[in-house]
Amino acid sequence: MSDISKPEDQARTGGSFLYNQGFRSIAYQVLLGGVLAYLAWTLYANVNANLERQGIATGWDFLNTSSGFDIGESVIEYSAADTYGKALLAGILNTIRVALFGIFFATILGVFMGIARVSKNWLLSTLASWYVEICRNVPVVLHVIFWGTVIHLLPSPRKAMVPFEGAFIMNRGVVMPFPVYDPAYPWVGAAFVAAILGVVFLNKWAQRRREQTGQYISTLWAGLGILIGLPAAVWIAFGAPLVWDVPALRGFNFQGGLQLSPEFVALLIGITVYTAAFIAEIVRSGIQSVPSGQIEAARAVGLRPSFIMRYVTMPQALRVIIPPTASQYLSLTKNSSLGVLIGYPDLVNIGNTTLNQTGQAVEAIAIMMVVYLAISIVISTFMNVYNRLVAIKER
Amino acid sequence: MALPTERPIPQAPPDGAAATADTKPRKRGRTVPPPTERIPVLRWARENLASSYFNAFVTAVCLVALYYIVPAFVEWGLIDAVFTADSHEDCRAASGACWAVIEEKHRPMFFGVYPYEEHWRLVLAVMIYIGAVGMTMIRRFWSYRILVPLWLFTLTSTLTLLWGGVLGLSAVDTTQWGGLPLTMVLFSGTIVVGFPLAIVLALGRRSHMPTVKAVSVIFIESLRGVPLITILFVAVNVFPLFLPQGLEFDKMLRVMVGMAVFFACYEAEVIRGGLQAISRGQYEAAEALGLGYWHTMTRIILPQALRICLPGIVNHVIAAFKNTSFVLIIGLFDMLTATTSVLQDPVWRRFTVEAYLCVGFVYFMFCFALSKYSHRVERWLSEDKRF
Repeated sequence: MSDISKPEDQARTGGSFLYNQGFRSIAYQVLLGGVLAYLAWTLYANVNANLERQGIATGWDFLNTSSGFDIGESVIEYSAADTYGKALLAGILNTIRVALFGIFFATILGVFMGIARVSKNWLLSTLASWYVEICRNVPVVLHVIFWGTVIHLLPSPRKAMVPFEGAFIMNRGVVMPFPVYDPAYPWVGAAFVAAILGVVFLNKWAQRRREQTGQYISTLWAGLGILIGLPAAVWIAFGAPLVWDVPALRGFNFQGGLQLSPEFVALLIGITVYTAAFIAEIVRSGIQSVPSGQIEAARAVGLRPSFIMRYVTMPQALRVIIPPTASQYLSLTKNSSLGVLIGYPDLVNIGNTTLNQTGQAVEAIAIMMVVYLAISIVISTFMNVYNRLVAIKER
Repeated sequence: MALPTERPIPQAPPDGAAATADTKPRKRGRTVPPPTERIPVLRWARENLASSYFNAFVTAVCLVALYYIVPAFVEWGLIDAVFTADSHEDCRAASGACWAVIEEKHRPMFFGVYPYEEHWRLVLAVMIYIGAVGMTMIRRFWSYRILVPLWLFTLTSTLTLLWGGVLGLSAVDTTQWGGLPLTMVLFSGTIVVGFPLAIVLALGRRSHMPTVKAVSVIFIESLRGVPLITILFVAVNVFPLFLPQGLEFDKMLRVMVGMAVFFACYEAEVIRGGLQAISRGQYEAAEALGLGYWHTMTRIILPQALRICLPGIVNHVIAAFKNTSFVLIIGLFDMLTATTSVLQDPVWRRFTVEAYLCVGFVYFMFCFALSKYSHRVERWLSEDKRF
């Protein structure tokens, strides 16, 4: 473009280099770079001067000093005597924990609601669309503090609600029975992972065979058999150990079992319900994006409904669904930072406490930002890989 | 369309109700009409609620769920509820919802800590603002000659009413602003500051100059990767450190700029999508006409690109409105913060849920209306390419 226009330009303007596109482009860039460098330098100088005047030490030494505050719940062992660094690590793990659970439940609820919205059943689709409209048009902040309030209005442990035997819902959170740890469990877990790999290979083999011979082999029952049978066999080989740790009311509180704090439950419900409404819309638009001619054509060549779903509708719908769903997962993770509102000890909550106690605002906020950026990059990398798997294969 | 004359004119069915199935002329003997119910309601129910066994089962499950949920809610929210109360004792006595809490606390909920006797100014400001929004939504007023003066008037008059200090109005510091007006100010500020920035960032990301492009990409991607909370923390805690001693910015202004920048990064990506959808021919045609970069962009490319990505733009505008509620974390008294702090009052604390439902309803009304309106605008645009 510039190559062609250059000679004429120069001829018309008497050859002034000011009108040369290449020169202008470089000049603009140098100007922008200079302004940014100047800004960065001034800001840095100002920050240093201000911190010095306020008597705040810079640097990362505070990470190694004792924090002196306790954390309500933590995946790792933590006490007030531990360092700020460990407190922040506990916060990061809490963030990851609530985000993983949130992504899991939001996907299930969102996919269900999205399919319900395109259902032929008027009642179901109407209820689902009400759910979507109500939940996504209310701020997520309100969702979180609403559930945070509701959970504290639940009955006390003594009058706790019992959804099923051994589980209790109350204002101190949710408790439910949980198997006592046994050395066999890691092996069962490993067997499950092996079973998943086995099913993947089985499917690959069946697909290759189908493509070569045109013969269809149903892998459904064989796959389910491997998926359930292999871990079960390992479990039985270890003598089928299973002891339930059932929560029991002692004094004012429940002991034992799986204990979920009210803050965790409220935050999880809040971000799940909010994000699921968006995922439902994405799933709906994905399903509706498949032209009805495709499904009619599949029916015309005599495919079974389950085949149409699996080989015609889903592969095309997933292409539309996955990229926006990935960004919903990201925003769910970022919204988990709202735990600070209801006292869930996530990264932002602990970072905020650290900031207030040490006064090292720049460092504390930098840690938060870098960790969230890292989580974002990890999630988007995973989703990009998955997206590439389902994307159109150009031949 | 008129029926061909050689066909027999269909006889009116004897009972008038089941008109559809039998009106078609039967040419060859034994065409069996599709099974239809004679009563329209039943036919509708069969088609939409019980077209198959599975469908009927789904309907049954939904009805059972509704049977458990709806009566309980009606009982709580309407039958046993208290709508007006002389004191909180009336609410405590009742087993249902206490909507009286809204009557009792609506002033601090919607107007925050703004001086009580000056609340009329806020009412007036909100009315002017909503009137301006309403006028902007009407298609007939879509011209610069009307909208620019309208919004200049709206912004100056509402800000004058809020700030005071002139025309005999007492001055009110921004730290005392609160409630719905603060939500409005934050929202408008976010859009007014953020939207032009979004366009600049989107153009920057599409620029041929490597430095400009790199700066835009890094800026957009790094801000999109962090939660809004951390940006608000930067605005509140770190930004004052950036300034030389003695220079200070209003906290509300800093928060607003933070939100605007966050909004701009998301909106920039939407606008970039629109820019990418414009075909090369448009750029080449503009160049052939001898238009410079800015003329090409403002006259040819952007009007088309913004129209293409209008749904995405509106989604983020709605998100920006909802995001104003994040100021709860850093202690600005918007509608939600005001409600939360008002209900620290031990006497009324039990009825926080009712107050939150009310606030949620206000947010819902605005966002729902905006999204429905944006669907209508899309339809206008698709009907009529030139407006």
